[in-house]
Amino acid sequence: MGIFSARLNQALCGPAWLWRPCSVQGFGLEGPRRPFHPEHSRFSPPRRTGSPSAAARPGPAPPAGPAAPRGAEVERRGRSRSRPRMAAAASPARELTQNPLQKTWEPYDNGLPAGHSAQRGVCMTNCPTLIVMVGLPARGKTYISKKLTRYLNWIGVPTKEFNVGQYRRDLVKKYKSFEFFLPDNEEGLKIRKQCALAALNDVRQYLSEENGHVAVFDATNTTRERRETIYKFGEENGYKTFFVESVCVDPEVIAANIVQVKLGSPDYVDCSNDEATEDFMKRIECYKNSYETLDENLDKDLSYIKIMDVGRSYLVNRVMDHIQSRIVYYLMNIHVTPRSIYLCRHGESELNLKGRIGGDPGLSVRGKEFAKSLAQFINEQNIKDLKVWTSQMKRTIQTAEALGVPYEQWKVLNEIDAGVCEEMTYEEIQENYPLEFALRDQDKYRYRYPKGESYEDLVQRLEPVIMELERQENVLVICHQAVMRCLLAYFLDKPAGCKVESIFLNVEAVNTHRDKPENVGVDRSREEALRTVPNHL
Amino acid sequence: MPFRKACGPQLANSPTVIVMVGLPARGKTYISKKLTRYLNWIGVPTKVFNVGEYRREAVKHYSSYDFFRPDNEEAMKVRRQCALAALRDVKLYLTEEAGQIAVFDATNTTRERRGMILNFAKENGFKVFFIESVCNDPNVVATNVMEVKLSSPDYRDCNSTDAMEDFMKRINCYQASYQPLDPDDYDRELSLIKVIDVGRRFLVNRVQDHIQSRIVYYLMNIHVQPRTIYLCRHGESEFNLKGKIGGDSGLSNRGKKFAQALNKFVEEQNLKDLKVWTSQLKRTIQTAEALQLPYEQWKALNEIDAGVCEEMTYEEIRDQHPEEFALRDQDKYYYRYPSGESYQDLVQRLEPVIMELERQENVLVICHQAVMRCLLAYFLDKSADEMPYLKCPLHTVLKLTPVAYGCRVESISLNIEAVNTHRERPEEAKKGPNPLMRRNSVTPLASPEPIKKPRINSFEEHVAVSSALPGCVPQEVPTQLPGQNMNNSQKPS
Repeated sequence: MGIFSARLNQALCGPAWLWRPCSVQGFGLEGPRRPFHPEHSRFSPPRRTGSPSAAARPGPAPPAGPAAPRGAEVERRGRSRSRPRMAAAASPARELTQNPLQKTWEPYDNGLPAGHSAQRGVCMTNCPTLIVMVGLPARGKTYISKKLTRYLNWIGVPTKEFNVGQYRRDLVKKYKSFEFFLPDNEEGLKIRKQCALAALNDVRQYLSEENGHVAVFDATNTTRERRETIYKFGEENGYKTFFVESVCVDPEVIAANIVQVKLGSPDYVDCSNDEATEDFMKRIECYKNSYETLDENLDKDLSYIKIMDVGRSYLVNRVMDHIQSRIVYYLMNIHVTPRSIYLCRHGESELNLKGRIGGDPGLSVRGKEFAKSLAQFINEQNIKDLKVWTSQMKRTIQTAEALGVPYEQWKVLNEIDAGVCEEMTYEEIQENYPLEFALRDQDKYRYRYPKGESYEDLVQRLEPVIMELERQENVLVICHQAVMRCLLAYFLDKPAGCKVESIFLNVEAVNTHRDKPENVGVDRSREEALRTVPNHL
Repeated sequence: MPFRKACGPQLANSPTVIVMVGLPARGKTYISKKLTRYLNWIGVPTKVFNVGEYRREAVKHYSSYDFFRPDNEEAMKVRRQCALAALRDVKLYLTEEAGQIAVFDATNTTRERRGMILNFAKENGFKVFFIESVCNDPNVVATNVMEVKLSSPDYRDCNSTDAMEDFMKRINCYQASYQPLDPDDYDRELSLIKVIDVGRRFLVNRVQDHIQSRIVYYLMNIHVQPRTIYLCRHGESEFNLKGKIGGDSGLSNRGKKFAQALNKFVEEQNLKDLKVWTSQLKRTIQTAEALQLPYEQWKALNEIDAGVCEEMTYEEIRDQHPEEFALRDQDKYYYRYPSGESYQDLVQRLEPVIMELERQENVLVICHQAVMRCLLAYFLDKSADEMPYLKCPLHTVLKLTPVAYGCRVESISLNIEAVNTHRERPEEAKKGPNPLMRRNSVTPLASPEPIKKPRINSFEEHVAVSSALPGCVPQEVPTQLPGQNMNNSQKPS
């Protein structure tokens, strides 16, 4: 029982299923994101018929993550720079206490946690960052903002984007034409300035009061004057400012962008595509005269990256800290070439059949059938230059072997390490570690198995995989339940959107998905704890 | 079931020639050596080919900058010969000796020369990545000349003023014909990074693959500010006393004393903005708690996971897992504990730590024996063979200071007794044919990420091919570690 899902679960991500988040070129607009949570995917796969359990229900996510202990936010921010957490050393009298959920050692002073939040100002890298987009309309600023926001949130840095266009649409309900953006339209200018200020206000609220770590200020910001205003705003509030400029002169790229995302904008609900395109081109013209690109000399003291021609080249100036360095690395690895990513788990394993988590078993008979079906599926798809990645565990390698194509093994794709609970059934975990079992149900994302890992750990471990997936084109990843959840959480995160199809390959398998039970209290009964355990031998 | 070797499309695996570009004294050799050290450490077999060394080999005695004058036809011929000889060796290394990356370290300041290299690479199916270092700050150039050029064999027999003057003239010889890379126009199709003013600005064009992307990331994170890195282990733990490995025990009494001594030591060093990093294990955190400083906990710094052998003594391992015990002695770098980790795994896990250490200035890392060995191997350019046997005794701080092309190490014992946890390479293993390799030679230390290159398969039965090669001498100046002969306990000095 236990600790949940660790290894083989077919319900949400059954071995018989293949998920295909297609890379999306779109720059669609959406609201603020929720923090990532592993088992909360926002889409439902088609129900499998004849599923041995009723547990196959990903369903819509609860509005927020499970109740986190007070102070978790603070800690999150302290840690967000890179995995480390901050702690202050003060009086030598402090005692170390192990946090039962995350298994981390924390200093306690007279029985009280020695405040992590007090460290905020101490570590420079914990000072919030304001990312300012720069560029003409239709240069992919919103696409970059959303994608970057999704990535940063996924790696654990609380990030939010602020799209000034959205503020404008909220304020001026009805968009008439490009004339609104004419440089001599004083009324328009006033409103736009007002929107920018409102957005900056919200940025301050987010970074200074809501524990946000990075705010992405998504607007054209094409004049040096405007950028100076923002830079000063950052300075006054103690934020580091980093500019991201997208420069693109290829008319085809711009036209494609307009067709993909601008025509669907609320601004153009009532007009034809041709009209909308024409109006939008005029809108771009409105900015052209006053556009001042980031300059090697004039802006030499600013921290920025300039992205030329959708990633053909980059100019990077004065990277100040860890987070800026990671942002630059990420932006240099993403691309917009259309491609597909296929995610699946290994075929059903021997331990899946027995309802045991972890271990390094081989495939069951049905698991081998799945591997064959997968081979057939991949052949039919006829994918150009498909790369296949597996973990270093026998069951994914066995699955890949059936494909008859080269593949690469990644240790970081190995299933979550369930520590002392490896190879146990959920029933056994409840039997031996009832407290651990309950804690895991309380906060599955942060919960770390004794001598094992948490989903949070897993995300850190998988970061290089995501980075490499961003670089690659067509890839099939044969992995494991918890690993796949983490990868999916990255691709499915709303704002940066990915189209997903799920394909059932028609090979039966046991269900390994255990839903969160109603009662997650440490004093719950055995029955309550085991109520959602899927059937097994 | 036969395991297939990992292999991607040919393209991703073709070897790469990294071509340095820039006037003399722009840090090309510094970048070459540092990058090579990093790539070897992460497991990509890399070697530097310094054309200047070929020239010194060909022309035993350097007389003056006259040699570099553009109108010195005789010398031009010699220099071209040297470049060609170096390219021949590049080819040999990448095609016959299983090298993955060759760093071609020369000025390569003209389009004609770069065109020749591009043709050479095309003929052999190598990818090319240019690294240009541009620096117009006379102070930086002068510092660089002082630090590394004056001690060059070229200037053995003259005083520094003369040497400085000659070298400046040498730079001038190149200036007239220098054609910087032009990614906006002429060199639009090339893959390149321009490092401007020692990393203040970068221009990156057409990054083609994973390794180029990592090279770019690395170059963007290194800096040349003087700073000091301190490495030490936690104080002696309860398990250390019992001879048990792994676990998550607290400090022994002597371990606590060490923590106090460390506090005093850190105070005496009187450092500006010292960052302190620990693992997430109790013993390093307890050690850090004694310091009057904030610290950060990294899970990546946790000790090697000994899997089924966690919390055992070596005797228990030998009795209960005799085969495992023997296997580990045979090849300690690649050996992975059942359900645990190898040193090779550890290097991958520690890569982000190294990257962040490169970014930071003064840092004290309180870690563990195996972890410290991996970190130390990076700074001292130690091979995979040596890494698991580096001496990292308890209660001793290693102080690393970057100098010229390498790193100076001081070993400071804090004079608190502790058990010895170092287990020597057994005699039999020493005698046998060395299964591993030397640095800068062929054998990969680890794959760049778990598995990217077909020739680097991390399966245990697939321990990479090895062969001894000429010219595998480490090129940096790894300092001999004082205190490398530790016996049972630290002697008060």
